[in-house]
Amino acid sequence: MAYLEIVGIRKTFGEVVALDEVTLSIERGEFFTLLGPSGCGKTTLLRIVAGFETPDRGSVQLEGEEITEVPPNRRNMGMVFQAYSLFPNMTAEENVEFGLRVRGWPAAERARRVAELFDLIGLSAARKRYPFQLSGGEQQRVALARALAIEPKVLLLDEPLSALDAKIRVQLREEIRAIQKRLGITTLYVTHDQEEAMAISDRVAVLSHGRIEQIGPPAEIYENPLTPFVASFVGTMNRLEGTVQDGREGLVNYRGIQLRVNAARGRDPGTRVFVFIRPEVVEVRLVGEGDGLKGRIFSQSFMGPVTRLRIALDQGGELIADIPSARAKALTMGMEVIATFPPDAAGILNI
Amino acid sequence: MVPFFAYVGAFLLLPSAAVLVGAFRDPEGHWTLRYIAAIFEGQYLRAFLNSVEISAVTALGGGIFGFLVAYAAVTGGPRWVRPALTTFSGVAANFAGVPLAFAFIATLGTTGLITQLLRSLFGLDLYAHGFTLFSFTGLSLTYLYFQLPLMILIITPAIDGMRREWWEAAANLGATDLQYWRYIGLPVLLPSLLGAMVLLFGNAFAAYATPYALTSGVVNLVTMQIGNVLQGNVLSDPQLGQALAVGMIVVISFSMSLYTFLQRRTARWLR
Amino acid sequence: MRRGRSFWGSFWLLLGVLYFTVPLLATAEFSLRAGPGRYTFSSYLTILEDPQFRASFQLSLGLALETIVLTLALLVPTAYWVHLRLPRLRPVVDFLSILPFVVPPIVLVVGLLAVYRGAPEFFIGTPQVLVAGYVILTMPYVYRSLDVGLRAVDIRTLTEAAQSLGANWRQVLLWVILPNIRAAVLSGGLLTLTIVMGEFTMANVMLFYTFPVYMNYIGETHATPAAALTLISFTITWAAMLGILFLERQLGGRQVQIGGAR
Repeated sequence: MAYLEIVGIRKTFGEVVALDEVTLSIERGEFFTLLGPSGCGKTTLLRIVAGFETPDRGSVQLEGEEITEVPPNRRNMGMVFQAYSLFPNMTAEENVEFGLRVRGWPAAERARRVAELFDLIGLSAARKRYPFQLSGGEQQRVALARALAIEPKVLLLDEPLSALDAKIRVQLREEIRAIQKRLGITTLYVTHDQEEAMAISDRVAVLSHGRIEQIGPPAEIYENPLTPFVASFVGTMNRLEGTVQDGREGLVNYRGIQLRVNAARGRDPGTRVFVFIRPEVVEVRLVGEGDGLKGRIFSQSFMGPVTRLRIALDQGGELIADIPSARAKALTMGMEVIATFPPDAAGILNI
Repeated sequence: MVPFFAYVGAFLLLPSAAVLVGAFRDPEGHWTLRYIAAIFEGQYLRAFLNSVEISAVTALGGGIFGFLVAYAAVTGGPRWVRPALTTFSGVAANFAGVPLAFAFIATLGTTGLITQLLRSLFGLDLYAHGFTLFSFTGLSLTYLYFQLPLMILIITPAIDGMRREWWEAAANLGATDLQYWRYIGLPVLLPSLLGAMVLLFGNAFAAYATPYALTSGVVNLVTMQIGNVLQGNVLSDPQLGQALAVGMIVVISFSMSLYTFLQRRTARWLR
Repeated sequence: MRRGRSFWGSFWLLLGVLYFTVPLLATAEFSLRAGPGRYTFSSYLTILEDPQFRASFQLSLGLALETIVLTLALLVPTAYWVHLRLPRLRPVVDFLSILPFVVPPIVLVVGLLAVYRGAPEFFIGTPQVLVAGYVILTMPYVYRSLDVGLRAVDIRTLTEAAQSLGANWRQVLLWVILPNIRAAVLSGGLLTLTIVMGEFTMANVMLFYTFPVYMNYIGETHATPAAALTLISFTITWAAMLGILFLERQLGGRQVQIGGAR
């Protein structure tokens, strides 16, 4: 039995089904992320774990103990909210101290623990400040320290970075991950930002419309999406709709063009499939340099190390290709090109 | 701009100055503290104490009652409750003075609806038990009718400023409901609550029409005393009226400064 | 703060609703009384046929309109100038505009009488003298309404655009600014109307027979028609407040409006 078990959770708000038979196991010390677009139920699930919502059905178990009906103030879980959750009438220090105060810790021990935590978040200078005197990033750090102060069994983070500037967001997420690793604390993290989820998690669960689409380590989710939703939500993905032509050789027919896709092996000929290709594996050559998908470049955007090309295929549809910017110089708008991809780099899903 | 300043000067500043200066001069134009001293004696002192008392009681009562109603409307109940309450409070807060007094006479007067209902249904005769609408209690009940909606209107934005995350964070950290109110809810709301009650206090303190219509001007409040002096119902110098007016300005200025101070405290928290 | 229905929440709400409605119902019942167990509309007819009702009502209505015109004529240009040209003066004007809160009507009357007791009869002897004080009483509310209204539109750009097309100051104010703050102006006007229609203190002390003074006189002599008058007066307040709320919804922002004669 895993450290935190979420079993068969269903939750409805009136007519809306927020969560539909969700089951998850989270191991001790794991950094686990719930990823999905807004309204997918990820925050509801987090709030059920925290005890702010009661599921219609299903249970939550921590260390083998049933906690579904335990009120939030007896769960010993630290939560960090999106924003503005610091108590405005208390200094940063008093905020962090709060959980210890309601637990009746003696003053000296509280002071020691608070000092430790401000060290951890690197904000010792701001201890006496009130929340309105802190920047958004500082507020979230204090909120993190406040949640960690009570040595929670699980750390819950509800989009803690969504209200911050892009630069601070990246910096703070690395800090959160470092602190989590140092303390070895079991963490449940909610975000709609797939890049963020990929960057900090041990494992990710992708949610859509109250259901889990896929659970796995970030690399697996990225490289081997199991559903069309995951494929399109995580990263940028080209999707070509075709028919399996030869299940032994791994050939897929896309509007009359033969594509070699290793993943198509073992599928019955005539099966309708989606072929998924990441933009970074697409290779682009000038016409005449071999076979492939022929098309015309209609958009080109410089993204630093790579340049993103959009190619309108002659067969219809379009293909996105990220190619090294150095190589992209030879390719200009309106140019006729051939696009190919390695047979082992494409994924496939039955329609 | 010039007409504005001229007008305010002529009809607000000049009269106020006349009151402030007049209270300290005798009919021959000599400086004197005689009139100011008079308001600290006998029926005038009593009038001030009565006014302060009824204002304080109705500010506190209306404040607490209004807060509870507003809190209930903001945090629970069907969706339509809140706009309905705000609209009605807007009307009720403006429904005061003479008509309000009559409404209460029709409700709790000797032949009022509630008085009669209590008598016929429960055999309870309010007036036989010493209650009268024209007493301090009756006057307070009447004042509550405009104090309550005023409180609801003033305090609702402050309650809106209370974030759900605070309660959740507190619960999450192990606090009980009581601890939440003790350490966060009440400290955050207190300046707003006190500020609103101070406004209610000033509001009741300045009331003239309601007590006049309810008691035919008999009840001993500062505003009634000033009215009596002005209408020549009592034999006294106009300076006495001015001295009483100075007393009112002092009390109200004090409460307004307190209100401003409390407002500043909340402004930084509830942005 | 936990959301959701609770017993105590419903209890306080219900108590509040009862406190609001019972006196109104009682007044309605009272106004229809014609002896034990019998009801009639006759007290309403009595009121409506009373020539003093018409006279006092007309007087108050007239005073209200005069107050509205004078207040707006004074405050619209002032608020506009403070917003556009003289932001330095804002603290002063803001302060002056709330000063009437510190000087309640009864004190203002004392002051006005102290200064103008000896003034010529045409000024001090007609009810119009009340307008002088009413403008001061309503100033805080009207000024706030205008202030909010002016904040909501970009008056600087509007002014500059109008000027670049050749408009002079009077034309800018009347043709461009005023139509854009129409809701605020109307809302301030309606509030002034309710305040003046209910103002008792100054009129009573200065012995003018306005609507509320008439109402008080009726109350001292005839209880049932007084209840009828109360409902009529309440209806006026309702209508004006609903009008204000409607206008404020158009303005977008919501503001607390508390005037009235206590």
